[in-house]
Amino acid sequence: MLGSIFKGLGTTFKYLFKKPVTVQYPEVKRPVRERFRGRHQLKRFANGMERCIGCSLCAAACPADAILVVPAENNPAKPNSPGERYAATYEINLLRCIFCGYCEDACPTNAIVLEHQYELSFYDRKASIYTKDMLIVPPDQGYGEVPPVFQQLNRRPSPPAQIDL
Amino acid sequence: MDWLGILILIIKCLVLALAATTMFAYFTLFERTLLARFQNRIGPNRAGYIPLPGGGKLFGGFLQPLADALKLFFKEDITPILADKWVYLISPGFAVIPAIIIWATMPLGFWPDGQGGNWLQLADVNVGILYLVAITSLGVYGIAIAGWASNNKYSMLGGIRASAQVISYELALGLAILGVVMQSETFSTGEIVMKQSGLWNIVPQFLGFAIFLVASTAEVVRAPFDLVEAEQELVGGYNTEYGSMKFALFFMSEYIKLIAMNALAVTLFLGGWSFPGLDQLRDGLIPIAGDGVATIVFGLLSLGSFLLKVLVLSFVSVWVRATMPRVRYDQLMNLGWKILLPLALIQVAVTAVLGVMFPAVDNRYIASAISFVIGLVVIVVVAARNSRPVQAGRSVTLVKKAGS
Repeated sequence: MLGSIFKGLGTTFKYLFKKPVTVQYPEVKRPVRERFRGRHQLKRFANGMERCIGCSLCAAACPADAILVVPAENNPAKPNSPGERYAATYEINLLRCIFCGYCEDACPTNAIVLEHQYELSFYDRKASIYTKDMLIVPPDQGYGEVPPVFQQLNRRPSPPAQIDL
Repeated sequence: MDWLGILILIIKCLVLALAATTMFAYFTLFERTLLARFQNRIGPNRAGYIPLPGGGKLFGGFLQPLADALKLFFKEDITPILADKWVYLISPGFAVIPAIIIWATMPLGFWPDGQGGNWLQLADVNVGILYLVAITSLGVYGIAIAGWASNNKYSMLGGIRASAQVISYELALGLAILGVVMQSETFSTGEIVMKQSGLWNIVPQFLGFAIFLVASTAEVVRAPFDLVEAEQELVGGYNTEYGSMKFALFFMSEYIKLIAMNALAVTLFLGGWSFPGLDQLRDGLIPIAGDGVATIVFGLLSLGSFLLKVLVLSFVSVWVRATMPRVRYDQLMNLGWKILLPLALIQVAVTAVLGVMFPAVDNRYIASAISFVIGLVVIVVVAARNSRPVQAGRSVTLVKKAGS
């Protein structure tokens, strides 16, 4: 009885000197998985054109009805996208979105990609509606590489559960 | 006593009560941080820090007790409609007042006030030990009537468990204290500390110290004996129906009682405020700095030594809480009645016999050594008798492998 008591005390005492595993969240952020589905981004082509052609297939695929696309005809002199039309309005209600990724699958041009941003909290419901300006990548960066989902199709299924910090 | 004396007394009382409350507040922080470290976490580190040059933070979280208190203070105060209202309202007071007045006879240090008194001890009553024992057991009334008045079966069960547990462990606790009283031949806490100069009571009363540690943990219903508030069975125990400051008072009484028990253990077994080399320091300081300064320095250092020892025992309390799972109710009763009580009786008998066999003061080291060895042997034997046989490593074959 005494032996086991002191053994237990010794075990806890040993842990007193170990490094805590706590991640101090707002200052330190754990990296997410490569295929993590966070906030959407609208990608561009390498020449700066929008990938989105306003086809509304993402809105049709969305099970939560979170996406609103209003297409418009491209101006032939100064087109927004390589197709005939582009998305004049592109809004995602992130309170409705369930981050299933069906919009990604539905998109014929790989325009919409669920990225790694997960800090989505709002002070009111209006703020949860992200407009096209907020979703689209700036013209000078983030040209639509092949989304990670497609990059990973040929790789091993999933990384091991433990992510090194 | 003139009005000035009364005023001084009132101020001393106030300071002591506030000191006890502050100690409680910082004990919670101490415990939370330490428990976190035992469990590989960091613990509270947000509320308040001292910024260091270079972006470092010192004492992260040192305002956490204040934040906790504020939070509890602004919570909604609810009285259940079926509760026995007046009893419900006064029971937190019943719990917290004994916890604070325990400190009245505790010798926190030695700073003579020149009139035969001691600045660092509110009252050196000649039956101080009896007072302490009486007051510590008084605290359970608050818990018991809180459980009853809440009109809630879980609170009721918690209250009943508390009274049963405290009654069971009081016997062992009292007998462990009796050993010290026999050793020191006095009931006064101040004198018990004085008698321990040179050799702390933990050596002759080792068995008593072990019993006291276990019994006092049970007496203040703390892990691993916290059946009173076993969450899995009793929701929150006796304080289920209490919220806001009323809950805070229960919380406070529990922790102040715990610190008081540790302080009592220090007083009885670990030499109170005395510390090796402290007396020599005072004797060396008198010719250099004068009598007054030496007294003040000695007083503060003795207070520091007392608090240091209490801190060590508090660490042990937290450590045990982080390690031990909660005992079962029958195990609790078995331990109290069948093990601790007979052991305490053995300690009393050994102290009595040795006190008669070696009456002279010169023989106290021999007597202490004998008593220490007896205590150690008894503990080991009892532990061995009551432990389960060690099981050899077993291997179970579920499926027989082909070819084997």
